[in-house]
Amino acid sequence: MTTTALRSGFRAGLIELRQNFTGAALIGQLFWPVATLVAIWFLRDMTVAGARLGPLVLPSAVGMFIAFGMLLTVQQLAADREDGTLLRAKATPRGIRGYLVGKFVNVSATVLAYLLILLVPGALLIGGLSITATGWLTLAWILALGLIATQALGAVFGALVRSSRGAGMTSVPVIGLIAISGIFYPITALPGWLQAIGQIFPVYWLGLGMRSALLPADAVTVEIGESWRHLDTAAVLGTWAVAGLILAPIVLRRMARKESGSRVAQRREQLQQRVG
Amino acid sequence: MGDSEYAIRVDGLRMRYGTREVLAGVTFDVPRGETLVMLGPNGAGKTTTIEILEGFRMRSAGAVSVLGVDPARADETWRATIGIVTQSWRDHAKWQVSEFLAYQGSYYTPFASPSTPRPWPIGDLLEAVGLTDHAKTPIGRLSGGQRRRLDVAVGLVGRPDLVLMDEPTVGFDPEARAEFHRIIHAVTERWQTTVLLTTHDLDEAEKLADRVVILAGGTIIADGTPHELARQIAGEDEVRWTVNGTPHTRSTPDSTGFVRELFRHHGDAIGDLEVRRASLEDTYLALVRDAETPRFEPIGRTAA
Repeated sequence: MTTTALRSGFRAGLIELRQNFTGAALIGQLFWPVATLVAIWFLRDMTVAGARLGPLVLPSAVGMFIAFGMLLTVQQLAADREDGTLLRAKATPRGIRGYLVGKFVNVSATVLAYLLILLVPGALLIGGLSITATGWLTLAWILALGLIATQALGAVFGALVRSSRGAGMTSVPVIGLIAISGIFYPITALPGWLQAIGQIFPVYWLGLGMRSALLPADAVTVEIGESWRHLDTAAVLGTWAVAGLILAPIVLRRMARKESGSRVAQRREQLQQRVG
Repeated sequence: MGDSEYAIRVDGLRMRYGTREVLAGVTFDVPRGETLVMLGPNGAGKTTTIEILEGFRMRSAGAVSVLGVDPARADETWRATIGIVTQSWRDHAKWQVSEFLAYQGSYYTPFASPSTPRPWPIGDLLEAVGLTDHAKTPIGRLSGGQRRRLDVAVGLVGRPDLVLMDEPTVGFDPEARAEFHRIIHAVTERWQTTVLLTTHDLDEAEKLADRVVILAGGTIIADGTPHELARQIAGEDEVRWTVNGTPHTRSTPDSTGFVRELFRHHGDAIGDLEVRRASLEDTYLALVRDAETPRFEPIGRTAA
């Protein structure tokens, strides 16, 4: 019985993935990873503590795009509540479960596509990466943990925001977080208290994890404590993942319980008033 | 009749939002296989009632049973036997029509039984709602009427035992409306599906309903077949005829008997015979006026 929700959700996730990456939607999807790649290309030969900045930023940006899975989840949840997608799922047996599976498949696959768009041309144009079997293994477990943690958190925030406008607002703190998470320059350049805040959230650890997976061993000298800190990475990302997985079902259930036809209609009216 | 012969039983249903009482003791039953139309002015509580039956809204008081189960405590197996059409869907705009129906239908596969195959085969369903030519069209590009027909199709894809529809024909042109009526008739005849729908359109109620309930001021103020209701209030049919060219008009509660007598007396001399049935519209307007008038009387005025 649960397999139906899994199978149907998978199907929805792949259908929406195809929609996201065909026609005009493709341009929107390509814009951010390509723009990021261009930015990295321009600063590729700058140096920080004797190291080329380009190879340092490329894996960090990969980590950042994994964290963007959270924003995608928030936005899709808010939009789907407004247009009645969620109510439709609620009116369908095991529909909410299938819907969430679909979102996870869709967002994870979208994030993977971003990584490919960044990494394949990036490895060739910017260079300096060291791609090894253990590196791939590291990338795989951090990516998996990162996808679960960020999307579970995305589901929590997505359930709590009131509208798609509110969902747009969640990108503001995330951008602030990126600034203090050592993505575009090493975190060690920041004052200690900002470093401490940055290390609470997943973005820093995803960046660090990707650098550990994709850079040569001697690149570790730029990092805090000159260590890749895999144990800490697993602990922090794991804690966020567990917290998200505990909270998400509670707030999602509360959100879904409130959905009804008149609520969707009411939101639609509010939206029209705001636009009109 | 036992409980299993009713698709819906509602007894003393109350709904309060803060101090405002939207439903003040609603009671009605719907036998299985019946099409019940719920009429009532805006704000009468139709949508609230339907949402309680759907299990999407918790009631303040009263007993509700839908297909033998309290919707407030219903599970997914129950959910699989209910079809829902609400007022404003805009979801899945990028999906193709047949793709979306097949996806929705896939959720019902585990609930199939030899007597009730689920889901409804997509090709048949598309044909039933007249969307075969639009199978590959993205949903966002359907016209308003086509979109609503798709919504009805989604409500039916799980072969439900009961369909709950909240103003399914709002915004329909006359052609789309006739098409919708044809679909409902076809479904109820073929599968003995029970249907509860709300509408503002009295003509629609007369065409579709086995029985009509009128909800006004938070209670059921009338319950019966469209014809019974029309009789109950407006009472009399109007008969017009001519005898040798001279026109006559008469109101009568028994138009058939009256016309029979007419022919017995005048035979071939009768011409231009016309019988106008007491209409549901007359009834409806009269009833709603009665129910609503005292509610809008300002309380302070009698004292002054």
